[in-house]
Amino acid sequence: MNILAELRLTVVESLSELGAMAHFLLRLLAACPRALLKVDLITKQIYNCGALSLVIIMLSGLFVGMVLGLQGFELLQRFGSEEALGTAAAIGLVKELGPVVTALLFAGRAGTALASELGLMRATDQISAMEMMAVDPIRRVVVPRFLGGVISMPLLAAIFSVIGIYGAQLVGVQFMGVDSGSFWSQMRSGVGLRDINEGIVKSCIFGVFCSLIAVYEGYYATPTAEGVGRATTRTVVTSAVVILFLDYLVTAAFL
Amino acid sequence: MNQSAAIVEIRNLGYTVNGRPILSGLDMHIARGGVTAVMGPSGTGKTTLLRLITGQLRANSGSIVVAGQDMRTARRADLYVLRRRMGMLFQSGALLTDLSVFENVAFPLREHTNLPQRLIRQLVLTKLQAVGLRGAAELMPSELSGGMNRRVALARAIVMDPEILIYDEPFVGLDPISLGVILRLIRRLNDALGITSVVVSHDVREISSVADQVFLLSGGKVAAHGTPADLESFPSDIVRQFIGGLADGPVPFHFPAPDYFGQLLSRDRRGVARPEAR
Repeated sequence: MNILAELRLTVVESLSELGAMAHFLLRLLAACPRALLKVDLITKQIYNCGALSLVIIMLSGLFVGMVLGLQGFELLQRFGSEEALGTAAAIGLVKELGPVVTALLFAGRAGTALASELGLMRATDQISAMEMMAVDPIRRVVVPRFLGGVISMPLLAAIFSVIGIYGAQLVGVQFMGVDSGSFWSQMRSGVGLRDINEGIVKSCIFGVFCSLIAVYEGYYATPTAEGVGRATTRTVVTSAVVILFLDYLVTAAFL
Repeated sequence: MNQSAAIVEIRNLGYTVNGRPILSGLDMHIARGGVTAVMGPSGTGKTTLLRLITGQLRANSGSIVVAGQDMRTARRADLYVLRRRMGMLFQSGALLTDLSVFENVAFPLREHTNLPQRLIRQLVLTKLQAVGLRGAAELMPSELSGGMNRRVALARAIVMDPEILIYDEPFVGLDPISLGVILRLIRRLNDALGITSVVVSHDVREISSVADQVFLLSGGKVAAHGTPADLESFPSDIVRQFIGGLADGPVPFHFPAPDYFGQLLSRDRRGVARPEAR
């Protein structure tokens, strides 16, 4: 009985959290038109979320691509079709690994930074001070960060995929001896616009959800050291689960 | 006291959190102009009262009118209109850490006006000069001492020429020199700008030297009200305990706990037995 009651409470709490987050998203969207006028604030956040995540995204993309090249080559060689490595690596990266791994890395690097920054702003009364100066903190602080994340994510995913393909080519063509001509030509004929669209749609959706979760958790963090710590942890955990769940949904929708 | 000149009018105010009353039956009348101090022991609802006056919290009962605006029925847009006429100094200063001192003070001007850059510069430098920190304009908040931080926040609070300026514990953690500077600024800005100042503070001696009237809160009500001199001879135990800084009195030294010897002799191996009544 107790377990049932607790389960019910957990479900109710989760649903109310989901409702609160949806309401927060509507507030963000309503504040977007006015926030878009301050281009410099958004540019600064694109730099913070995007440019500062470049190194980790590029390095990870390179290694993921290299592993993909190695594993793909090993597998395809069994069937004597190692020329298809280009197509396999590109499809894997553009449709799946690019958007998903980028989003997971984004949640760990930029998401936690956003959540802890907003949480600390709340803890040090900066958010209250803005409200007292009749400046809407949602418009001035939260929306630029949200938009910075939303804009950065597809760009980072694209960079991840491009570097990943280079990594696969490095291992497959340079180290393993796959023919360079077949690698690129098979990739060109095997990867369609639909595959690229799927990757773009995924990374845009992940961008919205990762940024939303980070700013929501940070904005409503309990204003203590423990509260800010919990907000950053929740950002990573919630983002990871949501990304993988949404990945399945979008993949199914594209089939 | 002229009732029509009130800038803050509070009647029978009640505020509860989770069924626990924080303020109940509180009456307060703050006249335009002058420095009003709100004092009282910790946990008596001073900061809550301040948040109710600024509309950060909403009262459960009674009425609270600030500069003609009923705070219980005010919508978000009304609050923002009213807050343009208010300045507030937070205990921590609450400067925006990613902006320089100059940009912090310029922040309300940039957000609310379309003044030319040259005019904004002059206004900001004037306000920084008033708090003695014109030379620190290019520093970042992390490079300032606690006292300087609060003076910059004060410059920011007055940059829109507010009608009412609210200070939340402005002296906490300041050395005697910084404390004296802030104290003199409160009085000087009040008189020079013709504003109303409301100061929430524990520091009896300091605030008594600049306040025109004092409200002493206790148990969510006004326990005493008058000039600082009136309060010194006020016939009430709580006022005597607070003004005299006595350890015991109506506000007990000990937090509710089980019997002392009983707890020392008990075989309970836990470090601390929590008291029943919390």
